[in-house]
Amino acid sequence: MSNNRVSRRQFLNYTLTGVGGFMAAGMLMPMVRFAIDPALQTKADGDFVQTSQKVADLTEEPVKVDFSYEQVDAWYTSEVTDTAWVYKSGDAVVALSPVCKHLGCTVNWNSDTEHPNQFFCACHGGRYEKTGKNVPGTPPLGPLDEYEVSEQDGFVMLGKKIANTRG
Amino acid sequence: MLNKIYDWVDERLDITPIWRDIADHEVPEHVNPAHHFSAFVYCFGGLTFFITVIQILSGMFLTMYYVPDVENAWKSVYYLQNEVAFGEIVRGMHHWGASLVIVMMFLHTLRVFFTGSYKKPRELNWIVGVLIFCVMLGLGFTGYLLPWDMKALFATKVGIEIAASVPFIGELIKVLLAGDATIIGAQTLTRFFAIHVFFLPAALFALLAAHFIMIRRQGISGPL
Ligand code: HEM
Ligand code: FES
Repeated sequence: MSNNRVSRRQFLNYTLTGVGGFMAAGMLMPMVRFAIDPALQTKADGDFVQTSQKVADLTEEPVKVDFSYEQVDAWYTSEVTDTAWVYKSGDAVVALSPVCKHLGCTVNWNSDTEHPNQFFCACHGGRYEKTGKNVPGTPPLGPLDEYEVSEQDGFVMLGKKIANTRG
Repeated sequence: MLNKIYDWVDERLDITPIWRDIADHEVPEHVNPAHHFSAFVYCFGGLTFFITVIQILSGMFLTMYYVPDVENAWKSVYYLQNEVAFGEIVRGMHHWGASLVIVMMFLHTLRVFFTGSYKKPRELNWIVGVLIFCVMLGLGFTGYLLPWDMKALFATKVGIEIAASVPFIGELIKVLLAGDATIIGAQTLTRFFAIHVFFLPAALFALLAAHFIMIRRQGISGPL
């Protein structure tokens, strides 16, 4: 430092760049944080939703259960309908998400005559076993998601989506 | 490192003359506040531009959440202000900046007036400046409706009625502004939004470009 004196020009360059950078950052920081907020918002999700499916009516054969709930999408609140494939496995009730793990189409139970007793996705021929496990060699790379399940007054209640615990 | 990148690009594209031409010019003594403190009045043009840049940036970010629709406009503004991080700040920048830009523009105009800088050969730049003034007022008027609250609605009703009082074509102006002969509603909001974020900013950019090119051509006016 002592044998490398800072010239007046350098000093002004550094201070002006510093102050300018500070001002630009002060201006841009709120706007950038504002823009990336969706990635940082924490969602407290996980209330159970009542369905109209009686637990007593379930068999080992998956059935399609529609259920609806209030969805808050920023300033827009609406009633949305979702679907689960529900069946009994021993004493436990299993509810699988119909969202294909390839690219998000909707799967159906037993709709492909060549491959009975499987979930089938018509988009690119993805297939899953009854547990939700994807059949190797078909496009999906993972098993179907599962819903948390509980029971109230004899009806199936569905909670939040979790990773498949059976496949 | 940065110097190396600069040299690499400069060697190929010879960019030094380009930025020199824009940025590297002497600040005459009579406009430099370091020499005469009263020369700070020459800063108002730059400050107007600075706040305009803030308006454009904050406005671009606001449109990430804002919806120009009668059902959702107010709700989306409420959401972006109260639920989104820094929403109050970003909306505040745009809200207060809109007033400040008018103040700065006015002070800049006073400086130009009292230094007589509008005289030959700078008459055209005064005219362009007046057009910028009109565009700014238009931005303020159209932007004010966007939050779609009561104040916005009635301010726009009054503004449109004033426009309607123009002889002969008043009624036509009113319909063109409101998008409907009687209702200030859905079509008014979408029109004002389009004018506020596309048409007037485009006009503003063109006018500012003309303003700055003329200043570079003619230089700053001499001392009093
Ligand atoms: C110099 C230019 C501008 C001025 C003077 C201006 C003025 C205004 C005003 C007065 C409001 C009402 C704000 C309030 O009361 O809270 C507003 C709202 C708005 N402006 Fe601008 N504006 C400008 C440029 C822009 C640009 C370039 C964009 C977008 C590209 C934009 C997007 C918006 C949006 C989305 C709103 C509604 C959100 C809100 O009300 O907080 N503005 N503007
Ligand atoms: S989306 Fe289901 S197989 Fe491609």
